Amino acid sequence: MSRWNSRDCLGLRGVSREEIELVLETARGMKEIQTRTVKKVPTLRGKVVINLFYEPSTRTATSFELAATRLSADVIQIQTGTSSVVKGESVVDTAQTLRVMGADGCVIRHSVSGAPHHLARHIDIPVINAGDGTNEHPTQALLDMFTMKQHHGRIEGLTVVIVGDILHSRVARSNMWGLLTLGAKVRFVGPPTLVPPEVEKLGVEVRHKLDGSFEDADVINLLRVQKERMTANFFPSLAEYSRYYGMNEERLKRTKPGSIVMHPGPMNRGVEITTEVAESPQSVILEQVTNGIAVRMALLYLLIGAERDPQPVKKDAAPAIDTPSLF
Amino acid sequence: MNASSPRRILSADDIQRTLQRMAHQIWERSANSDLALVGVRSRGVTLAERLRPLIEGMACKNVPVGVLDIGLYRDDIGLGSPAPPVRSTEIDFDVSGKDIVLIDDVLFTGRTVRAALNALIDLGRPARVQLLVLIDRGHRELPIQADYVGETVKTYADESIVVHLREDDQADGVFIVNERSQAS
Repeated sequence: MSRWNSRDCLGLRGVSREEIELVLETARGMKEIQTRTVKKVPTLRGKVVINLFYEPSTRTATSFELAATRLSADVIQIQTGTSSVVKGESVVDTAQTLRVMGADGCVIRHSVSGAPHHLARHIDIPVINAGDGTNEHPTQALLDMFTMKQHHGRIEGLTVVIVGDILHSRVARSNMWGLLTLGAKVRFVGPPTLVPPEVEKLGVEVRHKLDGSFEDADVINLLRVQKERMTANFFPSLAEYSRYYGMNEERLKRTKPGSIVMHPGPMNRGVEITTEVAESPQSVILEQVTNGIAVRMALLYLLIGAERDPQPVKKDAAPAIDTPSLF
Repeated sequence: MNASSPRRILSADDIQRTLQRMAHQIWERSANSDLALVGVRSRGVTLAERLRPLIEGMACKNVPVGVLDIGLYRDDIGLGSPAPPVRSTEIDFDVSGKDIVLIDDVLFTGRTVRAALNALIDLGRPARVQLLVLIDRGHRELPIQADYVGETVKTYADESIVVHLREDDQADGVFIVNERSQAS
């Protein structure tokens, strides 16, 4: 029987095809719950999930909260600015305090890459990474893959084009790991300043011009332009970005029939995507949001719904990024 | 050690005759109601799909079939590793007001049926729910009985009943297996 092998979900790097497929299959079951009048199942009754958000987030925090409550778990939302975090308490101290209050799982978003891994080494409950710095955002990639599979019936063999600021994008990174594992073709498109050097060595294709790079794609995933990057001179202006890398109606006409346009949100309308594209029949952006709840329910279920061996908390120094063992 | 090979208790013909008999019984009791069949994944669904044409032939009307997954309603979540598999429930009709026959292959402890009832009732308020099983092997741990039973089989706790249906397995047949000879 396939299973999620790690106690945590810190990233998709090193996660096997069987594990990803298990999450996607479980999420299919979770999605049906959202079509019911009473959108709740008793599965994680009595369990407590902490949402620890050290970075502003509306959709991911809400999505995790809905996912947990639809499984009947109780959720504690902690956003920085309203807690001891502002008093300088460390991530580990905060989480351990909540742990001894009886939490069964912890969802964390942090601006520092590797923060969830650090937390996971010091706490004995499952940790789910809801985005860490520029490293990974595994649940976003899982919901993206779920949406792709829903539309194309498969992932293997699809050509997936990811457009924008690849360098700073944890969404791009997690998508890359997951999609490569499932056998998709991944193409990064972005200005040379915003694509990590030598990323081709990992098995992705890199292009610097959008025109000529998206016409054969089955999936076009547009990343959000982080406006703060502009001041750091990664690209000259929003208008120029939009001209070279924005998806507009004219480009949409050249896409492959049946292809879909995705965006992890929140969108900068008129920059990486125009309103016409966002609202076109090819856009699956709102479905991504709905699917996000199902995928997060699946992960919460697989991690918190499994029996855990009481494991000693690892105190030793470990590499910044844990790669879960395959078996 | 008594390493016995699987012993067949129902042949393909037996299964077919049993289903025909149960289809008649269902029709007898539900002729004037809004009948629907709901199979518990996975072999309960196969049985429901086989019963459907038999009942429809007598009823001269469509009998909807739904698929129920009980994964999220099990009472052993968190007690085993990994978490039990979850698949999707696919019931595209409103269960409220329906006369539902819940279908599973084997009735054993009754825990699956308990979970299935909770899962079903979360979807609405059926007018009536009856239970159909191909095999009742005893050893109940909850006060649950079936309304339609294909075959009652006396078993020991360490034996298991294996139901093979040609849609999922190679051929039809119900076998009784000694678990000690299987575990290796």
